[in-house]
Amino acid sequence: MFQPSPWRADFPAIAALQRQHQTYLDNAATTQKPQALLDALSHYYGHGAANVHRAQHLPGALATQAFEATREKVAGWLNAADAQQIVFTHGATSALNLLAYGLEAQFEAGEEIAISALEHHANLLPWQQLAKRRGLRLVILPLDSSGHIDLDAALQLIGPRTRLLAVSQLSNVLGTWQPLQALLDHARAQGALTVVDGAQGVVHGRQDVRQLGCDFYVFSSHKLYGPDGVGVLYGRPEALARLRHWQFGGEMVQLADYQQASFRPAPLGFEAGTPPIAGVIGLGASLDYLASLDPHAVVEHEAALHRHLLRGLHDREGIRVLGQPQLALASFVVEGVHNSDLAHLLTEQGIAVRAGHHCAMPLLGSLGLDGAIRVSLALYNDSDDLQRFFSALDQGLELLR
Amino acid sequence: MSLSTAAQEALDSFEQASGWEQRARLLMQWGERLSALSDEEKSDDNRVHGCESKVWLVSRQQDGRWHFNAGSDARLIRGLLALLLVRVEGLSSAELQQLDLPAWFTQLGLGRQLSPSRSNGLNAVLQRMAQLAAGG
Ligand SMILES: Cc1ncc(COP(=O)(O)O)c(C=O)c1O
Repeated sequence: MFQPSPWRADFPAIAALQRQHQTYLDNAATTQKPQALLDALSHYYGHGAANVHRAQHLPGALATQAFEATREKVAGWLNAADAQQIVFTHGATSALNLLAYGLEAQFEAGEEIAISALEHHANLLPWQQLAKRRGLRLVILPLDSSGHIDLDAALQLIGPRTRLLAVSQLSNVLGTWQPLQALLDHARAQGALTVVDGAQGVVHGRQDVRQLGCDFYVFSSHKLYGPDGVGVLYGRPEALARLRHWQFGGEMVQLADYQQASFRPAPLGFEAGTPPIAGVIGLGASLDYLASLDPHAVVEHEAALHRHLLRGLHDREGIRVLGQPQLALASFVVEGVHNSDLAHLLTEQGIAVRAGHHCAMPLLGSLGLDGAIRVSLALYNDSDDLQRFFSALDQGLELLR
Repeated sequence: MSLSTAAQEALDSFEQASGWEQRARLLMQWGERLSALSDEEKSDDNRVHGCESKVWLVSRQQDGRWHFNAGSDARLIRGLLALLLVRVEGLSSAELQQLDLPAWFTQLGLGRQLSPSRSNGLNAVLQRMAQLAAGG
């Protein structure tokens, strides 16, 4: 049965891609953008760009107003208490690096940082390198066979020496929601700071940072139908106050002379230099667009597509799906077929999916794989996209087997 | 530079190929022509990194002429490697340096395999060859 997406026409790139015979199923990497975002960018650049937080002139005031309005919208989107708890960065990666440098002074040699075995390199390498700089132990929380952090093991491993826990909310490879609440509650009881990598989680349903009770939550705008070059770092006020300033420059400073300077608190103290103004304003437009949709309809649409995807993969012989994906995506390998060969043939047929290690080499390694193919969905995908994928898959496999 | 008989044969068959399926079949057939690498040849030194699949390039220079062999764990990559080797077999360093290999793949209708976003390793292999030819 055909399952259309009622929102497909809101994303002009989908029709453009279709004219180029491309079926876009790499949404966990980045998403297409709604017309509302294109309009906002064109309005901003077409009506007068200006720098923010600096100038008293009218264009500067308008740009600052639009920029700060997005801070409010992001706070509202995450249910943060106050817009001042939202720091704009250049992406999830730069937000996580900000944390790993900004929190460096909080650690003493011999203390521990806990992350999970499924982390994206962005939530692994900043902590790994911090651990090396400070002589810390990086503790890896193991997974169970379904692709969730093994809670029993994790609660044992997170103890009084754990100073920080950093985990993904939704795996970009396995498509599994992680048992965040239990992990965060436990880590907090042990006195550890908590960081949630929401890069994938934020895209599927509304997330509530106050309910989660994490100290920090990060995500990238571009995966949430917003512009690239913009990231978000949410922090609890007490947690933000523990961050040392890490990048220095314009507008993050209170007073400066040649030898000394004092710095602003968050958020502006962590937004050194000219921020991605248009991008931030664009993110605001994307959030307005998303807020206008019926959230239940979106969740149901995505869930139905995901069921369709899993059914199709399970129906085919020799396909091994990694973990037990719950939504949004599925990664798989095919017995006796090299990922690179299959990816090549899918590309030839205009199917845009991702092949490789998905920036999670240690995870793939622990599964005994050096790569997998990932199909990832967005709200504008429809069942025809999946049909095209499956018939390309069948044709590719027929050639290869 | 004139094409060797084998290279001309490759060009003829790819020029006649219509559609992705036929090109893929041809690639796989060409890949089967590569002689298998020994375990010693699959060494770290011969491994070309920057590829999603494993790729090895073995080189040998005799009387000023280059002779290569190559292998991969992926079949279509083996085909691309075979098409590369058939074009460079027996060339001197000077000839190798002058050769426009991307143009060769474009002639074969496989130019897209060299786009920067492709991590199939063909680009890395071309770079390795260029280094060898430059004496690096
Ligand atoms: C789980 C997860 N964390 C972090 C990132 C990094 O995001 P970005 O590259 O936008 O900084 C990604 C992106 O793939 C991701 O999937």
